[in-house]
Amino acid sequence: MSVETLTTAPVETDRPSGSEVAVPDRPWIVIVWNDPINLMSYVTYVFQKLFGYSRDKATKLMLDVHHKGKAVVSSCPREKAEFDTYRLHAHGLWATMQHDS
Amino acid sequence: MRPFQPRVRRTRRGDFQLRLPAAERDLLRGLPGELRAFLGGDDPALARLSPPAYQEDPAREAEYREMVGDELAASRRRSLQIMESTIDASRLDQEQVLAWLGALNDLRLVLGTKLEVTEEMYEEESSPSDPNASAFAVFVYLGWLEEQIVEALASDLDPRGTGD
Repeated sequence: MSVETLTTAPVETDRPSGSEVAVPDRPWIVIVWNDPINLMSYVTYVFQKLFGYSRDKATKLMLDVHHKGKAVVSSCPREKAEFDTYRLHAHGLWATMQHDS
Repeated sequence: MRPFQPRVRRTRRGDFQLRLPAAERDLLRGLPGELRAFLGGDDPALARLSPPAYQEDPAREAEYREMVGDELAASRRRSLQIMESTIDASRLDQEQVLAWLGALNDLRLVLGTKLEVTEEMYEEESSPSDPNASAFAVFVYLGWLEEQIVEALASDLDPRGTGD
């Protein structure tokens, strides 16, 4: 998977862009996308460190990212999702967030 | 030939031994400064360091960038500065080794993006006439070193996790 396909990877969203309608019950999901640069061991380590996941769970998520192109790494209210995304960005992972559909 | 010695090893005291041959330190020495200069420019490869949080919502994305942009940049520069100031160290504390990890990862992201690295490239034989061959060799070296830092750091994490 190239960087180019990453940036243009389609994301499904059912929320109109820019709308401020509050939907408190629908969680946000944080998605990590595959990239050809980050090391597999590094990605696993970051999932363990940031989310406290077991090595098995972190490894499974990393392999989903690697083989399926992406994985949902957390599902939570918007502010927490934004914080998680920020921490993933600080670690150089390609993370985005969106409403769970 | 000497037997392989890991470049980075956690000690029983909880800090990290950094056993880098002089040639490798010399290779690494200039890289933090190069990346710092690069960060101040406008090369398209810099986009790799700032992925969008909200891919389809420019308004929220702008808010997010406004909120975290400076802190992300400052933390990058801190890591580069720490790596630079400990480039000749034989021991690193936890904060310093995390800074090395961050700096090496950023260096790989930018260099790998510039080189348009693909997963296939790791398997291919590189041609000596390829003008990017030496830069790709540095990229591979940085990954090899980073791998050892990750291993040293991960060895201290509880494999059961701390609760999902």
